[in-house]
Amino acid sequence: MPAIKSLEELKRVREEALAKKQLKATPGNVQVIVAMGTCGIAAGARDTMKSVLNFIEAENLSGVTVTQTGCMGMCEQEPIIQVVMGDQPKVTYGKVNAEVAAQIMKQHVQGGSPLKDHVLPI
Amino acid sequence: MKTKRAMILVSADSESIRLGANELLENLKEALDAYGLQDEVDIATIVDTGRSNILPIVVVYPEAAIYGPVKPGDARYLVEEHLYKGRIAEDLLAPPKELTGQIGSLRAHKGYNPAEQRIVLERAGRIDPENIEEAITHNGYEALGKTLAEMTPEQVIEVVEKSGLQGRGGAGFLTGRKWKFVRAAAGEKKYVICNADESEPGTFKDRIVLEGDPHVILEAMAIAGYAVGADEGYIYIRGEYGLAYRRLQHAIEQAEEYGVLGRNIFNTDFNFHIHLHAGAGAYVCGEETALIESIEGKRGVPRSRPPYPVTHGLWNKPTTVNNVETLANIPAIIRNGAEWYRSFGTPSSPGTKVYTIMGNVNFSGVIEVPMGITLREVINIYAKGMKPGSVLKLAQTGGSSGSIIPAALQDVPMDFESFRKAGVSLGSGALLICDQNTCIVDLVKVLLQFFRFESCGKCTPCRIGTQRAYEIVERISQGEGKISDLDTLINLAVEMERASNCGLGQTAAVPIRDMLKHFRTEVEAHIQTGTCPTGICEMMTKEVEPI
Repeated sequence: MPAIKSLEELKRVREEALAKKQLKATPGNVQVIVAMGTCGIAAGARDTMKSVLNFIEAENLSGVTVTQTGCMGMCEQEPIIQVVMGDQPKVTYGKVNAEVAAQIMKQHVQGGSPLKDHVLPI
Repeated sequence: MKTKRAMILVSADSESIRLGANELLENLKEALDAYGLQDEVDIATIVDTGRSNILPIVVVYPEAAIYGPVKPGDARYLVEEHLYKGRIAEDLLAPPKELTGQIGSLRAHKGYNPAEQRIVLERAGRIDPENIEEAITHNGYEALGKTLAEMTPEQVIEVVEKSGLQGRGGAGFLTGRKWKFVRAAAGEKKYVICNADESEPGTFKDRIVLEGDPHVILEAMAIAGYAVGADEGYIYIRGEYGLAYRRLQHAIEQAEEYGVLGRNIFNTDFNFHIHLHAGAGAYVCGEETALIESIEGKRGVPRSRPPYPVTHGLWNKPTTVNNVETLANIPAIIRNGAEWYRSFGTPSSPGTKVYTIMGNVNFSGVIEVPMGITLREVINIYAKGMKPGSVLKLAQTGGSSGSIIPAALQDVPMDFESFRKAGVSLGSGALLICDQNTCIVDLVKVLLQFFRFESCGKCTPCRIGTQRAYEIVERISQGEGKISDLDTLINLAVEMERASNCGLGQTAAVPIRDMLKHFRTEVEAHIQTGTCPTGICEMMTKEVEPI
C-alpha cells in the first residue's frame, strides 16, 4: 500500500474500499459479522466464531465472508452475530452460542429464513 | 437517641422556600409529633433536585417515594398515609418527568438502542477494528487530512474551544483551553498523551472505543499533536486491556503503512509517532501526573502541582493528557464544526456522554446519549426499567470516585453544571443502579476497601485516611459502631479533601460524605440497634449478658 498523500487520495481509497464492500453486498454473497469485544469474547464469541467457520468448511460454502466488529452496546445479549444476505437488511442475533450459530448458518445462511427466536428487536 | 426507620427529605432551595417549604417542614414535624412518630422518622432538607416545576418536593425513604408539589396543608395527610398507615400517598406522587428535549430530538437509528446519538461510538460495533479500510469508508482520517490541508494549529484549537468539549475523564476541564496552554508553553518538544488507563470499577466506555474503533484515537491524537505542536504521542493503556492493546498496535502499524501516521503524514512535513505503554494495574496511574511518572519508568505516584503537565509534563516538557472519550470526539468536531457539536447536549455541557449501565436493571450495556438527560430517563428508557420487584434506591456514578446519587436526585439533568449545582459528580460515566436491597454501609465499605488498597501511599491523609475510614465503616457494618464514629468520619473526609496530594484521596472522601448526607438514618440504624435494615451486613454475634 503506497502512502496516502492527500485528501483526494484518501477519498480514492475510500471509494475503492466502498466498492469492495458493495461487492460483498450483492445477491449470492453472505456476510457474517461476529461482535468480538471483550464482552462478546467473555460470553463465548470465540466458540461462536469457530462454529461459524467450521460450518462453512464442513458444508464447503462459498461466497460467505466472516468478519469481526467491536461491542455494539448490548453486552447483555452477547455473543451477538449479524447476518447480511446479499443486499438485504442486516439481521442481528443475540445470545448465539456455538449450537445456535450452527443453526443460524443452516437455516438462515443456507436456507434463507431467519431464526426468529434469536433475532434482536432492533 | 433512638433508631430511625424512615427519613423525610424536603427540598429547601430558594424557589421551594418561596413556595412554602419552610412552613411545610414545620407542618411535617408537627404531624410527626401528632402521630407520635418523631422518634422513628428523621427529617432533613436537600437542595437542587432538578425538578423545578413541582416544588416543593418531599422524598420519603426507604421507599424513595417522590412527592411534589406538596403544599404545607398536605403535610398531615402525607404523614398519616405514608408514615402512619405505611402506604404510598399516590395522589401526591410527583408525575413522572416529561422527556427532556434532548431525547425528543434524537432519531432512532436502526441497529441501536431506543434512540441514541453516537459521536464517540459512531464506528465502534459497526466496523472491523482490524481493518483500516473499514474505518476509512466511515470517514476515518478525513478530519486529519482536512486539518493538515486547510487549517492552522490555531484554527484547530479555536474550533475545539468553540465546541465547548469538556474532558470526559471526570474533571470536565475544557479541552480547547488545555491545548491552548500546551501550544503557548515554551519549548520545542511537546507531547500528547491519551489516558486509556480506565480503572474505575464498572467503567468500560473507553474499552469499547479502543476495541471497536482504535483508529479514531490515532486520528485524534495526530490532530492534537498538530494543534499543540507535538510530534510524539503516548497511549497509556490499562494493563488488563490485552485485546485493546493488540488492536491498537495493529491499527498503528496499518496507519503507518497507509501514510496517515508516522513521517510526512498526508505528504506534509508533519510527523507524528504514537507509542503504546501498558500500565501494570495501579489505579492511581489514571491520575495524570502519576501516569506521566509511570511512562518515565518511575514509580507511579502523583507529582506535586503546580507546575502542571501543560508546562512541565512528560520529561518536563509541555504535555496534554486527554481521556479516550474526549479524544474520540475530536475528529467528528473537526469534520462537522463546533456549531454542529453544540447542537447536542446542554449549553454548558455540549456533546454526548457514553454511559455504562449495570446493576438491578433489565438491560445492562453501553449507551451514548446527549448530555443533560436524567437518570430517570436512562433507567426507564435505556435500561428498560428496574428489575421486577426492585425500586431505585441509589445510583453510583463514575466507578468508585463518582457520587452516590439518591433516588431523590434522579431528575437532575446529567451534565457537569447541573450536577455541580446538586452537589454530585458525573465521574467517568459508569452508572451502577442499586435497588432497595442495597445496604449503604456495605456499599461504602466496599468502596473504601478499594481506595484503601489503591492509595499509592505517598501522602499521609490519603494513606492513613482511607485505612481509618475503612476500619470505622467496617466496625459499623459489624454492629459495633458508635455514634461518635460519624463525626470522626466527617472529620476524616474534610482532612482528606483538604490535604490529599491528588484526586484519589480527595474523591475517597466523597462516598463518606454522600452516605452521611443522604442515608444517615440507615447508618444510625446499624449503630443503634446493631442490625442492618436491609439484612446485608453480617453482624458479629454478640454475647448475651447473663441476667
